[in-house]
Amino acid sequence: MAGAVSQPNVTYAAPKRRSALAMFCLAQPLGAVSGVAILIMLFGGVFADFVAPYDPLTIDFGAMLAPPSWEHWMGTDAFGRDIFSRVIYGARTALTIGFFASLFGCVSGAMIGVASAYFGGRVDMVVQRFIDVMLSFPIIVLALVVVAMLGRNLLGGIDINLVFAIAIPIVPKVARVVRSAALSIREMPYIDAARAAGFGHMRIILRHMVPNVAAPFLIMFTAFIAQAILLEASLSFLGLGVTEPTPAWGLMLSGNASDFYREAPWMILFPGLAISVAVFAFNLFGDSLRDWLDPKFKV
Amino acid sequence: MNQNHLSFGRRQFLQTTALAAATAGLGLYDASPASAQAAPKRGGNFTFAISAETPHYDAHGSDTFATLHFGAPFYSTLLQFNLADYPKVKGDLAASWDVAADLMTYTFKLTPNVTFHDGTALTSADVKATYDRMRNPPTGVVSTRQATFIDIDAIETPDPLTVVFKMKNPNPAMLEHFASPWNWIYAAKDLAANPNGPRTAINGTGPFRFGEHVRGSHITGARNDKYFRQGRPYLDGFRGVFMTQPAAMMNALQGGQVLAEFRGISPAERDRLVQVMGDRVRIEESSWTLNLMVVFNTEKKPFDDVRVRRALHLAIDRRAGAQGLARTATLRDAGGLIRPGSPFAMKDEDLLKVPGFGRDIAAARNEARRLLREAGVPNLTFVLHNRNLAQPYTPAGIFLVDQWRQIGVNVEHRQSETSPYLAGMSSGNFDVAVDFSNLFMDEPSLALAKYLSFNKAPENRSRAIDAEMDRLYAAQSRERDFQKRFDLIRQFEKRALDQAYQVPLLWWHRIVPTHRTVMGWQMSPSHNLGQDLADVWLNT
Repeated sequence: MAGAVSQPNVTYAAPKRRSALAMFCLAQPLGAVSGVAILIMLFGGVFADFVAPYDPLTIDFGAMLAPPSWEHWMGTDAFGRDIFSRVIYGARTALTIGFFASLFGCVSGAMIGVASAYFGGRVDMVVQRFIDVMLSFPIIVLALVVVAMLGRNLLGGIDINLVFAIAIPIVPKVARVVRSAALSIREMPYIDAARAAGFGHMRIILRHMVPNVAAPFLIMFTAFIAQAILLEASLSFLGLGVTEPTPAWGLMLSGNASDFYREAPWMILFPGLAISVAVFAFNLFGDSLRDWLDPKFKV
Repeated sequence: MNQNHLSFGRRQFLQTTALAAATAGLGLYDASPASAQAAPKRGGNFTFAISAETPHYDAHGSDTFATLHFGAPFYSTLLQFNLADYPKVKGDLAASWDVAADLMTYTFKLTPNVTFHDGTALTSADVKATYDRMRNPPTGVVSTRQATFIDIDAIETPDPLTVVFKMKNPNPAMLEHFASPWNWIYAAKDLAANPNGPRTAINGTGPFRFGEHVRGSHITGARNDKYFRQGRPYLDGFRGVFMTQPAAMMNALQGGQVLAEFRGISPAERDRLVQVMGDRVRIEESSWTLNLMVVFNTEKKPFDDVRVRRALHLAIDRRAGAQGLARTATLRDAGGLIRPGSPFAMKDEDLLKVPGFGRDIAAARNEARRLLREAGVPNLTFVLHNRNLAQPYTPAGIFLVDQWRQIGVNVEHRQSETSPYLAGMSSGNFDVAVDFSNLFMDEPSLALAKYLSFNKAPENRSRAIDAEMDRLYAAQSRERDFQKRFDLIRQFEKRALDQAYQVPLLWWHRIVPTHRTVMGWQMSPSHNLGQDLADVWLNT
């Protein structure tokens, strides 16, 4: 006689589903820390009017070259302007120019890269040779040439030409990477199917190819924000970026800072630190995003 | 020179300007100035920094030092200022001269056997052609010296080595105007071939021959072996390196890549050089016949409205600016249209009573806000056109933006290279600009010429036409009684500040660094003077 088998009273709980954000934080702790740093910068930049203790443009000759204190956390510059407030407002300048330059450069580069891969043949050959020429220029040299040629064109306080000058050197780099990703997508059966269905080139590129290069695009977009911030700081340091009295980290390192860095090292220390943290954070975040999104790194 | 023919007016002019030179406070950090006596050595190439690049080669149409530091070694003038006894003059191309007692005739005898660099012999016809070009420029030629020579009636050339200037009116400072460093003598045949030729080609009688000009890099000159002054120049050649970035220039000075910068550096840069270089560097200081000013484009709205101009003028706290900026910039003194401390300048106690120069800045700013409301532009926004030179233009721009924000005015600060900066102002393509009054002596007719109507003085970038100011200018320039002239200048100054077409910001302070090896160069209150390098030598 078969004895009755007692079934253990076990309840199976559905596996706990973590949010993508939590999973990213667990898998990429350094990426999470850099994300927090970016959010803090973003918050400071957006709400600078409320966060900054002083007006960044107001001169106070009575407080010239004051060292860091409770009154001025990061000291003051040669015009008595509060460096902490200028660093906070500088985040606005850096992030705005960095974001838009990276966005413009990456979107343009992605479009060129995908189109080049999709059409192939002579089109691809001509586009790639042009990109070869563009890539042969160091990024800072190309930006210098563009900014010197375009001059200034302010729109809402942002120099549009400076954004273009920083974006243009980004375009060929993104185009080359995106093209390599798009070449394999071009050979996929669904692309052939779309062609067979009679869809136009534009529809195939925009609806079937571009979404499939989103992962490398996002990674490059964040990484190039860091490059753009660095480039904006470099151009401003060289006197070709934003002009005084606009608070900008690179600009804060030039001008009077070079005269007073011995007696007032805080004039260069804090803007330099801000640039380093911003670039480091965006680079780290981009790397973490790549590790997170790219299946090859998940093996 | 016939000393007996000097009039009372001219003597008095010389006395007052000599006093001005004394009050200029020429100072040295070093006991052995570049001009110290020693046996000069011949040879060597002298490299120095020029902190801006000239927009063209023509001194007659320029008022930036960049043109003089670039081209003075290639040219000569009739007379020169004697920097060892400033502001007295000495001959350059003129071997001797005679001034009539009534100041109506000036006769110059030229040095014989002078040749231009292309081999053409210099004659009185060249001098006449040069001065005719400056006082009555042909169509298409810009001369910023027109107002200076407005009193010349005719120029005669009785023989190849004699030039006679006949005057319409006596001008006590005329002889000093003949020593202006801007009056480069050009060849008559060059001007006949192309009146605008000197803008792009160099052919002078100076101590150095033109070598090469590489845009954005440098200018070179080689010794003119046929130079008319015996034994000069001492140097084999020179190289002027364009360095617009102060940090690069400081590094080049420290490293010995350049041996001097003759325009001037900031107090902070001076301290850095002294600290790092010790006794290898020589620092010479002086007050400066240079004034930074704010100019409003009166052809553009709302700057055609005197209330708007006055409001912006009143909002500037010059007293605080002078105190604060003196530590970081080459700016030093608050003053009126004439350099503070010079004989014809407004006394400080009187200046304090002038709106815009007093101590009660709160009251001045309240008045400024009221004027803007009255003019219908309480939230005025405009672009401040400025030069991209670190000293003192950038600090001045930062200061002005801050001052105007305090009365609710929003300003975009736009800085440009020297060429587009000057072109923008000359063409009237600006709202408000930081301009400069670049003088070479404390003579009111020179200092006030910039405030004459635009049709008389193209260097008046406000483009204003004001007959009353023209009348007062003419009256003061002919007045030979000191007190009467002083009073006329006050009337002119009051009118200028009331109308505020262009207003003084701050006066400069000159600090010049040279390596100890640089000898024979003379410091002065003007960076326009003594730049032909004929007497410079290297003590290596």
